[in-house]
Amino acid sequence: MTAQVTAQVSPQSRRAWPVQQFLGLAGILGFLLTWELIPRAGIIEPRFLPPASEVMAALIRAFGLSAFWVSVGETMIAWFLGLLIAVIAAVVLGFLIGSSAFLAKATSSSVEFLRPIPSVALIPLAVLMFGVKIESSLMLIVYASFWQVFIQVLYGVADIDMVANNTAKSYGLGRIARIRYVVFPTALPYLMTGVRLAASVALILAITAELVIGSPGLGREIALAQSGGAISGMYALVLATGLIGVLINMLMRFIEKKTLSWHSSVRSEVVV
Amino acid sequence: MTWLKSLAYLVGLPLLLMLIWWAATLGRPNFFFPAPGILMDTFGEVWFGERILSDVLPSLGRLLTGVAAAIGIGIAAGLLIGSIKWLRALLEPTLEFFRAVPPPVLVPVLMLLMGITDSMKVVVIISGCIWPVLLNTIEGVRAVDGVLSDSARTYGVAGWARVRYLVLPSASPQIMAGIRQCLSIGLILMVISEMFASSSGLGFTIVQFQRSFAIPEMWSGIIVLGLIGVAMSFIFQWTERRVLRWYHGQKEVENAG
Repeated sequence: MTAQVTAQVSPQSRRAWPVQQFLGLAGILGFLLTWELIPRAGIIEPRFLPPASEVMAALIRAFGLSAFWVSVGETMIAWFLGLLIAVIAAVVLGFLIGSSAFLAKATSSSVEFLRPIPSVALIPLAVLMFGVKIESSLMLIVYASFWQVFIQVLYGVADIDMVANNTAKSYGLGRIARIRYVVFPTALPYLMTGVRLAASVALILAITAELVIGSPGLGREIALAQSGGAISGMYALVLATGLIGVLINMLMRFIEKKTLSWHSSVRSEVVV
Repeated sequence: MTWLKSLAYLVGLPLLLMLIWWAATLGRPNFFFPAPGILMDTFGEVWFGERILSDVLPSLGRLLTGVAAAIGIGIAAGLLIGSIKWLRALLEPTLEFFRAVPPPVLVPVLMLLMGITDSMKVVVIISGCIWPVLLNTIEGVRAVDGVLSDSARTYGVAGWARVRYLVLPSASPQIMAGIRQCLSIGLILMVISEMFASSSGLGFTIVQFQRSFAIPEMWSGIIVLGLIGVAMSFIFQWTERRVLRWYHGQKEVENAG
């Protein structure tokens, strides 16, 4: 039944692709056109909202500047390091706590309490402890993205198939082998979801830390451009952060697809 | 005996952590980490006075207004965009871009456009946390079960009744997932908008304490933010359980079968 449905749907959707992409492109162009016209018509003064063409020009100019790429690099390094630390810590702790019923029960109240604390609450502490260095960004990024991954890993480890686990046990697989061949594959889809969510949260926090604390990166450049009156430059940097966000989303989807190519949730789209 | 055991699980680790904290600050006072007792006293002094009226409640008011508006507009626009096919194709890439823009960069932009006012902070919150609600609603509306949709059409369920009894319920799990993200982004934006540009509010007060090295006061502010986050998460979980009771039940049946 499912095979029939996919067979019926796929040629149709394949035919619909160019039309959809065309419409999407038209939407983006329409948005840019509206943006161009609002300041030109004087609805909002151009010194507060420069027309789209001006901002685009500023963005293209920024692409040629090494200073721009340096701040992009600083932001991305903070993003990557923070995400990496958070993922490693969350995976280790998640598997450890998730695979023991005692630890899971004993920690659940603390986790439920610590998780909703907004990471921006740590901004003053980060400033005091690290000042405007990359460590303050890292502290916020790690705290925010850790919970995203950790919770997903806990769900994943809890989702393990008891029959598979007992089978592995009776075939004499040890604790490590069972974690490698039973628990890890079960938890991997959850883990990847967590990493994808954490990747965008980490970018938000990286930019936030740079904007509010002033640690080096794109966020600080935005704050500087705004206070320095370089308005087109500020909008260009805002667009740049959006582009980075889109790229990160695409990259994460791609990684998720690659690592889970064996999993039914990904496979079923192709053949069932 | 069992409730005693679950109580022990509930408070065991927090008590242990408090004990470690207390023991660690016992000997020499640490500049960055005040002892629990001092923090407790400061907390009462700082937050149970006029500050609750001048800073906490206005901040919470802005947060609630912003989040409620974002949820309302997000669901309404999502229903519209999700049910018209060409409109969805037209707008989706642009909306995806807006979602990918980290919301905090909106603070300087809107500061420029609107000046530093209360309404600017509310607009920051709305424009930052509308995207997860909007895009999840669109996705939920699109994923309405085809058979259900056709049956509803055959029975002549149309217009508002269709939205109320078919589209909204079947999109509600997705919408709730969007609202969950919206709440945490809203809290972040409330704090940032006040830290960046304000003369009152929670975020401003906490940064002020930090700048004047009033460390226990700063910690008490961090705790207030944490408590707000925890309270919001509990309210959300309670609401979600009520709204999605049918959905969780259905899942259970599916998983059992």
